[in-house]
Amino acid sequence: MKKILTYFKPYKGRALLGPLFKLLEATFELLVPFVVALIVDKGLGAQVDGEYPFADKPYIFGACALLGAFGIVGLLFSVTAQYFSARTATGVSAGVRKDLFRKMQSLSYKDVDNLGEATMLTRMTSDVDKLQTGINLFLRLFLRSPFIVFGAMVCALIIDRGAFGIFAVSIVALAIVVYTVMLACMPLYKKSQAKLDDVLLSTRENLTGTRVLRAFCREESERGIFDARNERLNKSRKFVGGISAITNPLTFVMINLATIWLLYAGAIRVESGRLTQGEVIALYNLMGQILIELIKLANLIVTVTKAMACGSRIESVLKMQPSIRLCEDSDGEAGAPFIVYEKVCARYNDGGEEALSDVSFTVEKGETVGIIGGTGSGKTTLVQLLPHFYDVSAGRISVDGRDVCEKGMQPFLRERIGVVPQKAQLFKGTIRENLSWGKANATDEELYEALRIAQAETFVREKGGLDAPVEQGGKNFSGGQKQRLTIARAVVREPEILILDDSSSALDYATDASLRQEISKLPMTVFIVSQRTSSVRNADKIVVLDDGKVVGIGKHDELLTTCEVYREIYDSQYDVEKGGAV
Amino acid sequence: MNGVLPPKKPKTFRRIMHYVGRYPLALTGSLLFALITVTASLFVPVFFGDAIDCITQSGIAWDTLRALFWKTGVAVGIASLAQWLTSLCNNRISCNVVRDIRKDAFAKIGALPLQYIDTHPYGDTVSRIIADADQFSDGLLIGFTQFFTGFMTILGTIAFMLITNFKIGLIVVIVTPVSLFVAKFVATHTHKFFKQQTQTRGEQTAFVEEAVSGLKTTKAFAHESENERKFDEINARLEKASFQATFYSSLTNPSTRFVNNLVYAIVALIGALDVVRGAFTVGGLTKFLSYANQYTKPFNEISGVITELKGAFTCASRIFELLDATEEVSDLGNERLEKVDGNVTLENVAFSYDKEKRLIENLSLQVEKGKRVAIVGRTGSGKTTLINLLMRFYDVDQGGVFVEGRDVRAVTRKSLRQNYGMVLQETWLKKGTVRENLKLGNPDCTDEEMYKATKASHAHGFIKRLEKGYDTVLTGGELSEGQKQLLCIARIMLTQPSMLILDEATSSIDTRTERKISDAFSKLMEGRTSFIVAHRLSTIVNADCILVMDAGRVVEQGTHKELLQKGGAYAQLYNGQFA
Repeated sequence: MKKILTYFKPYKGRALLGPLFKLLEATFELLVPFVVALIVDKGLGAQVDGEYPFADKPYIFGACALLGAFGIVGLLFSVTAQYFSARTATGVSAGVRKDLFRKMQSLSYKDVDNLGEATMLTRMTSDVDKLQTGINLFLRLFLRSPFIVFGAMVCALIIDRGAFGIFAVSIVALAIVVYTVMLACMPLYKKSQAKLDDVLLSTRENLTGTRVLRAFCREESERGIFDARNERLNKSRKFVGGISAITNPLTFVMINLATIWLLYAGAIRVESGRLTQGEVIALYNLMGQILIELIKLANLIVTVTKAMACGSRIESVLKMQPSIRLCEDSDGEAGAPFIVYEKVCARYNDGGEEALSDVSFTVEKGETVGIIGGTGSGKTTLVQLLPHFYDVSAGRISVDGRDVCEKGMQPFLRERIGVVPQKAQLFKGTIRENLSWGKANATDEELYEALRIAQAETFVREKGGLDAPVEQGGKNFSGGQKQRLTIARAVVREPEILILDDSSSALDYATDASLRQEISKLPMTVFIVSQRTSSVRNADKIVVLDDGKVVGIGKHDELLTTCEVYREIYDSQYDVEKGGAV
Repeated sequence: MNGVLPPKKPKTFRRIMHYVGRYPLALTGSLLFALITVTASLFVPVFFGDAIDCITQSGIAWDTLRALFWKTGVAVGIASLAQWLTSLCNNRISCNVVRDIRKDAFAKIGALPLQYIDTHPYGDTVSRIIADADQFSDGLLIGFTQFFTGFMTILGTIAFMLITNFKIGLIVVIVTPVSLFVAKFVATHTHKFFKQQTQTRGEQTAFVEEAVSGLKTTKAFAHESENERKFDEINARLEKASFQATFYSSLTNPSTRFVNNLVYAIVALIGALDVVRGAFTVGGLTKFLSYANQYTKPFNEISGVITELKGAFTCASRIFELLDATEEVSDLGNERLEKVDGNVTLENVAFSYDKEKRLIENLSLQVEKGKRVAIVGRTGSGKTTLINLLMRFYDVDQGGVFVEGRDVRAVTRKSLRQNYGMVLQETWLKKGTVRENLKLGNPDCTDEEMYKATKASHAHGFIKRLEKGYDTVLTGGELSEGQKQLLCIARIMLTQPSMLILDEATSSIDTRTERKISDAFSKLMEGRTSFIVAHRLSTIVNADCILVMDAGRVVEQGTHKELLQKGGAYAQLYNGQFA
């Protein structure tokens, strides 16, 4: 929980003031039994033959007025305490959410692949909510209850030393019980929260994959899977609930046995004249207060254990180190070509098969590079290494003579490289907002220019211009439209290096051709990843990949004669009369 | 529900009780054991009060004292056992009810029209089924544990107090409900804050959901700080709403405790004066004071519980909102569509997503069994929409779609879709092993059949190279888009549909591989009616019929040769390929 605790820092004062005011309120509550004892012993005076001849009525009035005053002061203090606790709890959880979000965004591609979207989502939502409830209750009650318990013990000590022993023994015994139950429940809560992740996964998948699942008529079996996961969650919740339900009855039994003991011992001491009846009543009331507090505490422990389980799940994300490797800055190699791939190898999983092996080539400024190859030949991997989205497993990539893993290179890579990923992804908002990802504060002219280049101007105007809405995930655009918008988004930032990762696959040939023509006019170094030879044929340099290896580098015409793979690809696309596949 | 608006929906409370009512045994148990708990524990202060009367400076009545201790022990034993059983019952009810609600909500997802799913953020729906259901569960548990016991404790205490000392009892009974008013006042005023909180939370979940699924794009554009700014803005609003909900709802407890403390002072005063008059004993006063405590405590709790329940109700109503969304037109009672030959007819079909903007109008089409229909057109011309209608993801506004002469609205969706095999451009794989994903459409097929399909679709090679081959768990990052498409193709090969829908099914597959799998594809299409959306004209030239679509209309229809000769829109598109 260490990490979570640091979020209390800005709320240090408030986090302390909350419980402090609670303690003040509790102090007044602890004084109540004393006042009652005084009413009995002093107000009523000695009992003679069942009557109270020495009763002091003004004293009784005064004492009761004091009790009323305690109530008012208690109210003020506890409202203050609630205020500070609520501020702290919501503030801390907002801080945790904020950092979680930042952490999530700082993770590398590889971490994102590993962690999974569903997990990230629960951490940020349900887990933080539970944490917040836990903190709030903790500040309000967790300190108050032990304080009252120990305060009652101290009061008992003041009244009668013998009774103190009874209090001490029972409190220690109770503490052990409460702590044991908490200890037993913690891991169980964690486990059941993990089962909630599964339920969430099912829910998400059935929303994102509705079309496919319905096409396969999988609704029923998906329901079966969900029901099974739901039931597993239910079972584990019931189990842990059953265990934590023991706390309450057990404390009830223990505290009442302690009360019997107390009264018994009290009777002996009253008999020997060492204690008054009023004092026995005070001790009894103190014990009663302990009971009430412990019941509260037991209920609280359930919430707090849950919160702690969630807290540690959150912490494990916060502690994650982005797995990307960074190295120290260098001055760079003077006179090196603009971009150099030097015996580059890459693999996605440690020990897994290499996705790229021994790739070497150079690119000069302003050149257009085509990357072509079959499905799974490593094209995407090759270009994703350039902005340092993934680490190379061997070899080196440099831009302007500097290794892309250098710390100082990272801002440059993000700012000056425009990537259009394979999967066209848009975000809820407007077209303008989506394009402004590429360049904040771009003018309408700039935006329309980019849209024109990306062959998107016509449909954007049809949709109502730059301020037309984009639904979540760009659901209101077709695949081809999304691709063109993502291209415009990259173009508008006028990057030095533009990477088009098979980003025109959903475009028809005519549109694709116009797009390429426009892009070729741009003064950028362009990487075009494609499976179509038509997309790369005009490139200054074409890199042909097959199974993660470079099988040819050159211009279109050269490759047609020298590279068999390239020629096969070319033939498969231009041999129209024979008819290709679908 | 038959697609029409459901009858006036019952109030949230009644719906919750409907779910709770499914567990009559646990419910009865909970009430019964709570009653026992309360009764038994109400005797405890009586015994202790009597015991204190035995302890006077003038002498100790040891025999009575011992007997009282024994009685206390028995009462405590019964009370705690019953309390534990109550908790078990409550736990059972709250867990099961939430499970049932989640189950219904999930089943609901399956029954919602795609239009709902397409237009509602996933994250918001997820937040209803996960976070809201959780908070509801917590609220329900607290409600059950404390509401009933609290209520019964109050009744029991009132009875005991009135019996012991009618006058003081009456005063307490009259004064204490003030705290209930206070609690109600607070609860009414915090409701809007709770609503604000859940709404903002839903908004944030939706944003996070999008940010998470678009994380790679975000990183590629170094857009983190922009996202952070947006997130912080929502987060700040959530913090504020959350603070208001938390703080104002937490006012209940102090205020009611204040009222209780006043009651306590009044009881002490009147009681003490009565003792002086000889109308009351000190033990009786002690009893009364601990009653006043015990009596007011549930008021406290109940008022706290009320705020908790308010929150739970807000969450429940958000789930019910989802459950109340209009479902797809039911196909209950419709006949099954048996295995068809594959004759498909569209008659005067009109359809649009947004009723304001017309899309498909007056579309008629006749496709005989085994024919290959290619649908071409510029992006956004309505090709995918046509598929939505064929698969009955959406229903036509006018006209009809007929398979084997039968209106698709007259047969069950399931039997209709079983006759289709569909591969979409946007691949979707579930989190699970490669094997599970492949067998999605036909879970009963053998491994041999599966290998045959993966070999034919050239997926076998890369699957073998995965860390655990066919048992590799796919979580999202393992495969390229093209590889995913190959998996989806193999997945379809394992089913034996009469009709095929291929929507840009090979857009991410390289042409070399595509060519290699073309034999398998031809075989797959043999004898099957196929609808093919493609941008690669090379894949279309052999189609029996080519539909050229533009702005929701079929502008040209015919074979490759016919259309080329015509020199219209198709010819333009075709020539563009070599531009």
